[in-house]
Amino acid sequence: MASVAGRRTDPFPLNDYELREAYDEMLTPSGEVRSHYQFLQEALLELPEAELRKRKQAADLSFLHQGITFTVYGREEGTEKIFPNDLLPRILTDQEWQKIERGLSQRILALNLFLKDIYHEGKILNDGVVPRELIYTCKHFRRQMRGFQVRRDAYVAVAGTDLIRQPSGEFVVLEDNLRVPSGVSYMLVSRQVMKRTFPVLFRRCGVQPIEHYAQALLATLRSLAPEHAAGDPTIVLLSPGVYNSAYFEHAFLARQMGIELVEGRDLVVHDNCVYMRNTGGLTRVDVIYRRIDDDFCDPLAFRHDTILGVPGLFNAYRAGNVSLGNALGTGVADDKAVYAYVPKIIKYYLGEDAIIDNVQTFIMTDPKERQHVIDNIGEYVVKAVGESGGYGMLIGPHSSDDQRDEFRRRIEADPRNYIAQPTIQLSTAPCLIDGRVQPRHVDLRPYILFGEKTTIVPGGLTRVALTRGSLVVNSSQGGGSKDTWVLH
Amino acid sequence: MLSRVADNLYWMSRYLERAEHIARVMEVQYNLMLEATAESEEERWRRVLRTLGVRVKEGESVVEVAHSLTSDPDSPTSIVHCVMSAREIARQVREQISSEMWEQINRLFHAIRRADRVDLWQSDPLDFFQSICEGSYLFQGITDSKMTHGEGWHFIQLGRYMERASTLSTLIDAHYSEFDVALDPSVESDGDHLEWVGLLKSCTAFEAYCKVYSAETRPDRIGEFLILSPNFPHSIRFSVDAVETALRAISGLSSGKRSSRIERITGRLRAMLSFSQIDEIMAAGLHSYLQNVLKQCADAHSALHQVYITYAIEAALEA
Repeated sequence: MASVAGRRTDPFPLNDYELREAYDEMLTPSGEVRSHYQFLQEALLELPEAELRKRKQAADLSFLHQGITFTVYGREEGTEKIFPNDLLPRILTDQEWQKIERGLSQRILALNLFLKDIYHEGKILNDGVVPRELIYTCKHFRRQMRGFQVRRDAYVAVAGTDLIRQPSGEFVVLEDNLRVPSGVSYMLVSRQVMKRTFPVLFRRCGVQPIEHYAQALLATLRSLAPEHAAGDPTIVLLSPGVYNSAYFEHAFLARQMGIELVEGRDLVVHDNCVYMRNTGGLTRVDVIYRRIDDDFCDPLAFRHDTILGVPGLFNAYRAGNVSLGNALGTGVADDKAVYAYVPKIIKYYLGEDAIIDNVQTFIMTDPKERQHVIDNIGEYVVKAVGESGGYGMLIGPHSSDDQRDEFRRRIEADPRNYIAQPTIQLSTAPCLIDGRVQPRHVDLRPYILFGEKTTIVPGGLTRVALTRGSLVVNSSQGGGSKDTWVLH
Repeated sequence: MLSRVADNLYWMSRYLERAEHIARVMEVQYNLMLEATAESEEERWRRVLRTLGVRVKEGESVVEVAHSLTSDPDSPTSIVHCVMSAREIARQVREQISSEMWEQINRLFHAIRRADRVDLWQSDPLDFFQSICEGSYLFQGITDSKMTHGEGWHFIQLGRYMERASTLSTLIDAHYSEFDVALDPSVESDGDHLEWVGLLKSCTAFEAYCKVYSAETRPDRIGEFLILSPNFPHSIRFSVDAVETALRAISGLSSGKRSSRIERITGRLRAMLSFSQIDEIMAAGLHSYLQNVLKQCADAHSALHQVYITYAIEAALEA
């Protein structure tokens, strides 16, 4: 059909589709179209060029009008940016999805057991499976949570786990986001837009729905309610406010769930109970879906120099009068050095092997591994353990000598703060770039809800590195998103 | 409704009303300036600033201060500042207002930003003033037809009419003290005819006034119309009536029992305006009457905040 690993000879708009060493979601290494991409490929060949452009414009306009924006930090003007969305769906088979779903359910269960353990007896530390020092030196470990009983042991009620597909075709976990994962609104809005843009293709493919995410999230939050309010809890979404990068998402989710969107200044704590300030008086709050980091939740318990949080919230929480989703202190489990131990954690608590593997990870506190990485830094991706959003990382093959020296220095100075992973070719998926279909690197972030039961809506947010050859998919670094279809 | 959201809606509406008022007053005065009068430009602007309640500091140029009222974002009394504030507040409560409302206020904001780039006073400021007024009318129309007339809408009404009652009182008071009417208010003032027409136009009231009293501009009748008319939307009495109606609706909706204080203040003000007669007001002193209105508006404003927005937790827990 087409030449392998080179320019293909398909008709427009597929004539520019180059295969490289990465796994491609649409084509096999020999250039055959995978069966679950058949419909999309046919649709692309059938659609006249003008029609494709028109649909792209309509979709872009729809994002613009809905004001789907995110905020980029560290720039003064024009901080509100439209989130770039790619028109072509990323497609997964039901079989692929089922394995992901089982793997992620296993992982969230183990991680919640792990969090419960380290904030109580610490068996896993006593048994030497995870080094005690690693936990206690983690900057997201919250001593204040020791011995505190979290409702349903659901420390992490909402997680977003980043998966990537290796050249072999297997998915692996790149990182867990267990604090305040964001991006789910883009998943939901992309789907709305896609249904309007490709209605026929959508129906023909048979795509599993994701629209129930908001109800599932609400049910999860409801199941966290303290005993006194178990019947009909008042649930609010706590946002840092309009200047936060994910404010659009906060407002979106609050509206979808029909709950109040509050800021710290709307809440008061009296007698260890949390109230929101309404025009008609104070209303007791039972569950807070907080989209504020641990540090900013309560100036009395954590960082003092913040006005985002609610003074006294932590005491109300410890008194059991209000539930938080996620619990405080969950960041210790998504520390990138603790991540390396997750397969062992799964084995320890569940007696099972991890269904989805980790990426091989080098711990910089281990002298041998550290030396190896420092000597070969150009082959590795180096990450700061507590950062997210693509900040504080070095991509070895794409770095300059200065950057490499800088990271060598940083690792030597603070080895606990860094890990290294081999550079992995993320899989590529077809994207519409300047009217042509071209492969771009993608990852996948499914959203996992853990309450009375575990719910994962089929699909997730597929993030795209829109620059040719780039492996960085974060929205703050020029990434975009695309809709993810899991077929029946 | 969250207190913060109610407060935001109230202020969004106040700022927009204020921008509209300043734009209309400046438009009228700019037109008057085109007529040749003996008065210097500086004198006129000094008076305009007084009618808007803006003080000129020692050593400041009156003309510059007046010009800064259109485009200086740092001046808290400028049109630009008011529109930017209204838009910034609207952004924070975007989920509570209809998307058309947000789009309209956003459009107005962008129009102003464009106008900011050219020197208004060298070209044609009238277009600018008109676009502000029209933008504000459009916003009000959209608000009334697209938003549920619930608590949030009533807070928007409250902001608009509270602002209107205050700005009208300031405007009328300053005008009457500039043009001496103490001798006999029932006689048409010949020399200042245009100025009285200007006052009416600043309140969008000229045509409405003529329908009731003919074009004869008698200071007492103008005062009666602008202060005591029960049906004209830019009279003080009409505004206070609207404030009171909105407050009643809010206290009915938000089921609080703490609203009696503010209802007493606005009820008293409404009664005062309902039963006053213009000749009595003039005889006893228009200035003190309007100062009293202003004070009661300010009291109502702070009572509003104490009752609905910044109330003490203890008070709310007892209720």
